Amino acid sequence: MPEAMIGARLPRREDQRLLTGQGRYLDDLDLPDALAAAFLRSPHAHARITAFDASEALALPGVVAVFSGADLMEIQKPLAPKVQHPQLRDYPRLPMPPEELHYVGEALAVVVAESRYIAEDALELIDVDYEVLPAVGSTAAALRPGGPLVHTGGESNVAVLLTQSAGNAAEALSAAPHTLSEEFFVMRGGGHSMEPRAVAARFEPATGQLTIWDTTQSPHYARQQLSMIYEMAEDDLRVIAPPDVGGGFGPKAQFYGEEVVIPWVAKRLRRAVKWVEDRQENFVSAMMERSQTHQVEVGFDEDGRLLAVKDVIEHDQGAYCAGLQVPSITTSTVPGPYKVPNIDIELRACYTNMVPTSSVRGAGRPQAVFVMERMMDRIAAHLGLDPAEVRRRNLIQADEFPYQVGIMFRDGSPLTYDSGNFPALLEGALERIGYASAREEQARLREEGRYIGIGLAVYVEGCGLGPYEGAKIRVTNRGRLLVTLAAAGQGQGYETIYAQIAADGLGLDMAYIDVTTGDTARIPFGQGTFASRITATCGPAVFDAAKQMRARLLDTAAVLLGCDVSEVDFDGGHVCLGGDREKSVSLQQLAQVANIGKHGITLPRGITAGLETASYFSPERAAYASGAHAALVEVDPETGGITILKYVIGHDCGTVINPLLVDGQVLGGFAHGLGNAMYEEAVYDDEATPQATSYLDYALVSSAEVPPVELFHIHSPSPLNPLGAKGAGEGGTVPPPAAIANAVEDALRPLGARVTRAPVTPARVVDALLAAASVAASVAEKKKVS
Amino acid sequence: MLEQTTRRVRGTVNGEPFDETVDPRLTLADFLREKLRLTGTHLGCEHGVCGACTVIVDGAATRACLMLAVQADGAVVETVEGLATDGELAPLQQAFKRNHALQCGFCTPGFLMSVTAALREDTVRDEAQAREVLSGNICRCTGYSGLVQSVLDVAKGRSDA
Amino acid sequence: MKPARFTYHAPRELDEALELLRDLGDDAKVLAGGQSLMPMLNFRLAHVEHLVDINRIGERWATTTFGDATITIPALVRQRQLERSADVARLLPVLTEALHQVAHPQIRNRGTICGSLAHADPAAELPSVLTALDAKFTVASARGVRTVSAADFFLFHLTTALEPDELLLEVSVDRPGANQFSAFREFATRRGDFALAGVAVVCEVDDGVVTACRIAAAGVAPTPQRLTDAELLVIGQPLGPDLGAAAEATARAQVDPTGDIHASAEYRARLTGVLVKRALADITEKAHA
Repeated sequence: MPEAMIGARLPRREDQRLLTGQGRYLDDLDLPDALAAAFLRSPHAHARITAFDASEALALPGVVAVFSGADLMEIQKPLAPKVQHPQLRDYPRLPMPPEELHYVGEALAVVVAESRYIAEDALELIDVDYEVLPAVGSTAAALRPGGPLVHTGGESNVAVLLTQSAGNAAEALSAAPHTLSEEFFVMRGGGHSMEPRAVAARFEPATGQLTIWDTTQSPHYARQQLSMIYEMAEDDLRVIAPPDVGGGFGPKAQFYGEEVVIPWVAKRLRRAVKWVEDRQENFVSAMMERSQTHQVEVGFDEDGRLLAVKDVIEHDQGAYCAGLQVPSITTSTVPGPYKVPNIDIELRACYTNMVPTSSVRGAGRPQAVFVMERMMDRIAAHLGLDPAEVRRRNLIQADEFPYQVGIMFRDGSPLTYDSGNFPALLEGALERIGYASAREEQARLREEGRYIGIGLAVYVEGCGLGPYEGAKIRVTNRGRLLVTLAAAGQGQGYETIYAQIAADGLGLDMAYIDVTTGDTARIPFGQGTFASRITATCGPAVFDAAKQMRARLLDTAAVLLGCDVSEVDFDGGHVCLGGDREKSVSLQQLAQVANIGKHGITLPRGITAGLETASYFSPERAAYASGAHAALVEVDPETGGITILKYVIGHDCGTVINPLLVDGQVLGGFAHGLGNAMYEEAVYDDEATPQATSYLDYALVSSAEVPPVELFHIHSPSPLNPLGAKGAGEGGTVPPPAAIANAVEDALRPLGARVTRAPVTPARVVDALLAAASVAASVAEKKKVS
Repeated sequence: MLEQTTRRVRGTVNGEPFDETVDPRLTLADFLREKLRLTGTHLGCEHGVCGACTVIVDGAATRACLMLAVQADGAVVETVEGLATDGELAPLQQAFKRNHALQCGFCTPGFLMSVTAALREDTVRDEAQAREVLSGNICRCTGYSGLVQSVLDVAKGRSDA
Repeated sequence: MKPARFTYHAPRELDEALELLRDLGDDAKVLAGGQSLMPMLNFRLAHVEHLVDINRIGERWATTTFGDATITIPALVRQRQLERSADVARLLPVLTEALHQVAHPQIRNRGTICGSLAHADPAAELPSVLTALDAKFTVASARGVRTVSAADFFLFHLTTALEPDELLLEVSVDRPGANQFSAFREFATRRGDFALAGVAVVCEVDDGVVTACRIAAAGVAPTPQRLTDAELLVIGQPLGPDLGAAAEATARAQVDPTGDIHASAEYRARLTGVLVKRALADITEKAHA
């Protein structure tokens, strides 16, 4: 057997082409004679279209067609929410609404022209009259009685009210020796893949087939949606996620109106059409996430042990419900790694006139972790205990798995943590951050008027969700093993990782294995890349298909070599009898016999035709990855500037397939989380007009902002899949807002500043200090008076 | 009263001469991608912040989205396609691969060109300087640690030589 | 995000450029480094009928001259050129320090000093620096050449004294004497971002006592703002922590910024004071060195 590839720290196969400018992203596809599309988007957060005139645009040389929503009524069908609920009050999200528009950036017409330059010229010539309607720019405004309605004629702006509970939180809170409450807000942010979205399509009149190139994370999901909307057989729709997609991070896992309009227009015009979203569009039309307000109350005993948590969550769905996955993840993530005997979580998901929300890397978890971890620090401060010690006392212990939390997870199963070692993660993080000496240093520096703080955040991450993911393996005519995944990658290194897994399943050198992804014509069923699920679902499928293929190959070879299967094994690209190259058959010969065959000639006895295996893996429920972050920061109280002095990440995603790539996922996720912690704000004003629509106003972190990270791993394999794998894609993103906020408040504790909002920006730090000073002054004043 | 005259641009890209006629409003980035089919130069923001379109023009790292193709008349342009020699990766490209400095790869050409230009101008002595050299490009995938290490590796290799 | 159509002109001589500007007037826009104009064109925030690209008007307009009395920076001097100039670092450290913080090297490679000044974004570094340096703005048109002071040049947000037919040909500052010390301080959310506030301070110092002082703030008013109250307070006083604290309070009181999505007005005012204090501390250090 060759050495094990699972666990090997290998550089990626993808890199050669990406480093030399030979990547094949969607906009790089050279579709002969393709037209360029551009969308006209609503400048208003809420408006009714009263007149639409594209005659001037159509007269512009180079413009081929202009379609308004009303021109394409046959495809104006609702794009269904991904995760539903019987009580959801759903308003139809149409591909290109013909009448009423519900957020700035919503597409209302498409121009198709000889070039994107001309298409944009034409956009400026379309004349639209709008009746501007009152708009809702926050969840508070959405839930205010008597306020404007997001959807005219709607009953209310509430999408759904849900509760999750265990025990009796109300009773436990009223009996608790101590309670604390706080309101927290986490700001909207985006995915901001460096490549925006894009769709291209070509219709083949001869076959009636539509070929669609789409930067989607879920080509099979897109195909299924299109097949329903177009009323076409799925076999006539081929959705290809190009081999190179420039980042996903969640927004590309959703299904959008543009994905419906572009192929349809290509079919109508009998011309290939390509739409590449530009950054201006991306800012106002790609789905976002995060904005939630939490009213939390915790009850605890003298030792800081949690007795109850009550959390009322206002969640911003945006203008439509693209799915309830994010708020449901939040509700199930609040308890986190802690033992909470009584839980009461109330979700108020509501509509606003902003871009719809859906999963962005982290997906509902950063908010929950922010709330819980902020409260752990508050408990410590209230009792005069060390915040690390309070966590220690509440953590689920390593011998308590599987651990039943008492509430439900979004996959429909009772929330159960499969495996982990949270105390080891916390202690590892404390040791590496130099916790004890940092506390001493903190006390010493405070004497000098300098403010350093330590922030901790421990989290769990439900990942590896169902329903299933699959893989096929085939021996190609040239004798290579082709692993075909339905999953589409956006930089995760699938071509490398799944070759590693297949190599171990086959017992064959990786050099003979190729991986292909994301094409509905190559594999019929698939779900997609989201929720840190692929390694834990597709991984076992590939491993199983590879083991099946190993048996098929060895069986076939044994027949051809006239021996028992126990006597043969791989040697390079051959199957040998007793390790003898002289007595061997090559992979290509096997393909020749079992796949190609000889026309009209009977197969040799004992040979089964078609060297192809397939496997679909359906996890019983979500696996749980976990981690602990520790941040050491210095805050400049004059500017509010926050300097990260040291950052430690402890990470547990079970079995690691490729440590190099897992480190990359965690560190990249961390940078995104740091953006949510300190920089990224998709600000809308009260009229729901977006205020941060360029990278001058929306700050993505650069190398200058991201500090070096000390990263360590522990490995608690998941019992839920044969590889023991869990997800690694989002964990890094989840706790940084909590860790940074905790560190900043810890630094400024002598000054009394309270941090209740993410991101923590310099201006807000100073505002918090001023608020604390004014509270202190009024307290002093009252003392004087009394 | 707009005159829609096209203009001729001549210059070299990666040592190869070009001689094309363009609409004056065509950006250098679109010119490289569409006219010359050098699609390694990517457009990430088209307002000069993300750096994905960075190419080297007359020796200087330049945002190709903020320059017109007509302005490149007479220029010596270098793009990511010119970095490897006969399929052999340049030391910086090798370092990117070794250090997992790329994931989706979309921003990668811009980083490679920015760093290539920067290392020709100055040596990079420490991590802070490496981060400074990288700070004009945005990567959403990697968290920059592999990029920082790559710059340090190549800078060190050079000073050792 | 593709620019709308325009007619492109690439004059080969200054006179040709000025004639084009004379003939085209309001319909023309000058393209120098393009690092502010091109994003506006790509966003279609600006529509220009005629683009007059001055990049080919001649090398002499790309060369800074260090005269005995005057340092002159013509229209095509790139920001990166001056950032890397040892003469500038020695003579005008406030400019070098500010240039390090203007966006990123790729932008500074093409962006020009004069282009940034003509763009007149009050949050940008260079307008405040050249204001603190009391620069003279040489403005040319087919009608002739005139000189404008910083106070008269910057009129409002993105608005200068340049007439439609005029070009900012050069900006010049007095060659500083040995007793001039200067510093630039800004605070931005991220490396390379527009500052939440910035200050450029230029002082003459004799025996530790400030004899002359100009302070200009960025990001707190529709133009670079001279902090004259703080200047008056500082002049005649010995450098030191007490002076810094007093100047901080005075500067904070004088500015009246507006708030936006990044920071409140109060924050910006406080920050301006802090930056004045810190820039004076830098100058104290330099003067004592």
